[in-house]
Amino acid sequence: MALLEIEDLHASVDGHEILKGVNLTMNAGEVHSIMGPNGSGKSTLAQVLARRETYEVTRGKVLFDGKDLLEMKPEDAACQGVFMAFQYPVEIPGIGNAYFLRSAMNAVRKYHGQDELDAMDFLPLYKERLKLLEMDEKLMNRSVNEGFSGGEKKRNEILQLAMLEPKLAILDETDSGLDIDALRIVAQGVNAMRSPERGFLVITHYQRLLDYITTDFVHVLVDGKIARSGGPELALELEEKGYGWAETEAGISA
Amino acid sequence: MVKATERLGNYLTAYGEVLAQGEKREPVWLRQLREDAWSRFDAKGFPTTHDEDWRFTNIAALARMPFRRAPQGNAGLTAKDLERFRFAGAACQMVFVNGRFAPTLSELGNLPKGLEVCPLARALDCGAGGWAPEGCAPEGIEQHLGRYADVRRDVFAALNTALWEDGAYLRFRRGAIIEQPVHLLYVSAGAGSEIMTHPRNLVVAEEASQVAVVEDYVSIGDEAAFSNAVTELAAGQNAVVSHYLIERENFAATNVSTLRVEQARGTNIASHSILLGGGLVRNNVHPVLAGEGAECLINGLFVGAGRQHLDNYMMVEHAQPQGGSRQFYNGILTDSARGVFHGRIIVHKDAQKTDAKQTNRNLLLSDNARIDTKPQLEIHADDVKCTHGATIGQIEEEQLFYLRARGLDEKSARNLLLYAFAAECLDRMKEPAAREFAENLIRARLADLSRGAVAATAIEAAEENVQSWEEVG
Repeated sequence: MALLEIEDLHASVDGHEILKGVNLTMNAGEVHSIMGPNGSGKSTLAQVLARRETYEVTRGKVLFDGKDLLEMKPEDAACQGVFMAFQYPVEIPGIGNAYFLRSAMNAVRKYHGQDELDAMDFLPLYKERLKLLEMDEKLMNRSVNEGFSGGEKKRNEILQLAMLEPKLAILDETDSGLDIDALRIVAQGVNAMRSPERGFLVITHYQRLLDYITTDFVHVLVDGKIARSGGPELALELEEKGYGWAETEAGISA
Repeated sequence: MVKATERLGNYLTAYGEVLAQGEKREPVWLRQLREDAWSRFDAKGFPTTHDEDWRFTNIAALARMPFRRAPQGNAGLTAKDLERFRFAGAACQMVFVNGRFAPTLSELGNLPKGLEVCPLARALDCGAGGWAPEGCAPEGIEQHLGRYADVRRDVFAALNTALWEDGAYLRFRRGAIIEQPVHLLYVSAGAGSEIMTHPRNLVVAEEASQVAVVEDYVSIGDEAAFSNAVTELAAGQNAVVSHYLIERENFAATNVSTLRVEQARGTNIASHSILLGGGLVRNNVHPVLAGEGAECLINGLFVGAGRQHLDNYMMVEHAQPQGGSRQFYNGILTDSARGVFHGRIIVHKDAQKTDAKQTNRNLLLSDNARIDTKPQLEIHADDVKCTHGATIGQIEEEQLFYLRARGLDEKSARNLLLYAFAAECLDRMKEPAAREFAENLIRARLADLSRGAVAATAIEAAEENVQSWEEVG
């Protein structure tokens, strides 16, 4: 059984159709990259999979681990093992990072009927993961993403990924706005989390993230549809020829 | 012109009783204070919504209620009844039942050095009787009592000055550093309906003392009481004082409380107000930065549900140069609750280099909740920095989604965000014991909100999915 099966997915926001029939199948252990020009629907796809309610699915189906993902609320999807690293991580003043993360982990554990983690169970793992992402322990006591630099916010997303250990990790343009050092650290975090049980959907505008994260498949999303799919070499081709080429290939561009 | 008391005969009766009770015992200066204050109230009566300071709070119904003085005694309360209101880590606790000091319910053992505690009536020998405090030195009272509260402008302060029977007199000696807060607990209980009390407190923090006082209003039972308290806080040079007001009375209660702070040079004052209970609440905070380089922090949280009406009237007066004031008030309102934040900053001619800041943020969780927020700057000096801002909004959908996308169910996520919004005010509280006390009360109140009517109304708000934060003023 595939980890994720997307079939003829159509989605709109405010009555404006953005996804116009996306098909994609991925297995556990694989890394799929979705590339495409701005406005092609990459982030919409991520948000729909994370079950954001502002996006309306008008047609199609999505199975996650054999279950109907589109029936799930965001928290159900998260507890079942879907994780989206936000393109724009949200600041939440007044809630400490460590407290937030432990609450999230405990929500997932509770969902599966497991005992909650206390601070003693939580801290050693947290500290280890902070080190993996080269993050300062002082961040623990600060409010979620508040006053964080762009790079710190993105690393914090990967930190959450590393703590929550989802089955499906969606990275929504995690590389955008990162300098090369931060990019390397983020990639290192992602690579450390790769496993035969886990799938990655890496959404990116640029090929350079794929220099650090080895991808199995590349899909090019153009105007709400996957225009081309291929191996890692497709990313290089895109880098060289630009998205105009893919658009022409798909017969969409003027 | 009809005098106020021709319509408000119950107050005249009370005034007569208070005068009779104090006759031959009260010093002349005090009787003069009372008489002046009374004539002020008599001439002016209760304010209406035509009065700019009362535009958003209608007290016509309050004025019509035939409030009377409480009977003497402890209303049958025992120490056990008060157990749930005490807080660990207080230096001492003075309990007032229906406005009068209750020695047997108070805990005044082992006072720290430099702290003098005494019921005000006793300190002035008004004949509260039966309890002789040790080491209480009332000689300084005359120079402070009634010197700060403005009976000309504020009718409630006038009424209090005319009718007060008891309250706390706290004196912190020069240089005293009292780490544990003094807890003043005002209980309204078991005296039947329509009881009024006018607690009067005087806090004298002498030069370079560092202290905290918690004023805490509670009710036992569901009777509609009216409490009209005035606290005058005189802070000597370089004194550091934190004042906490906690309003957690029943929803039938009316509470008007006025904190008037006189700040000498180099003082650092914090006023923290936590309004959780009460049906009609008016919270007046009025510091005057009367010495150079004085600083004040005015910090508050009000949480209203049902038909609660919570009115916060801040008036910060900068009278001397190099002063700083920061105001932060957060409001959470649901159901048909209504909140008011009136933030007035007055910078007098001599108060150059004043730095005054004011922020009021509000969360409205239902369609019928309402907030009126009004900044008012009056600046008579030319080299000052004054900023103000107010926001009104709902819980942000983005934040809610972020938490849900990490596995928290909608209700938990919403509660966490509400708590985080409320907790901003906790971060500004320096005294750990008082902060923890406030934190527990806030948590409990928010838990009540989410269990009660708030659940339904909050979901409505989410469905609307409105994220606009409106900039006001």
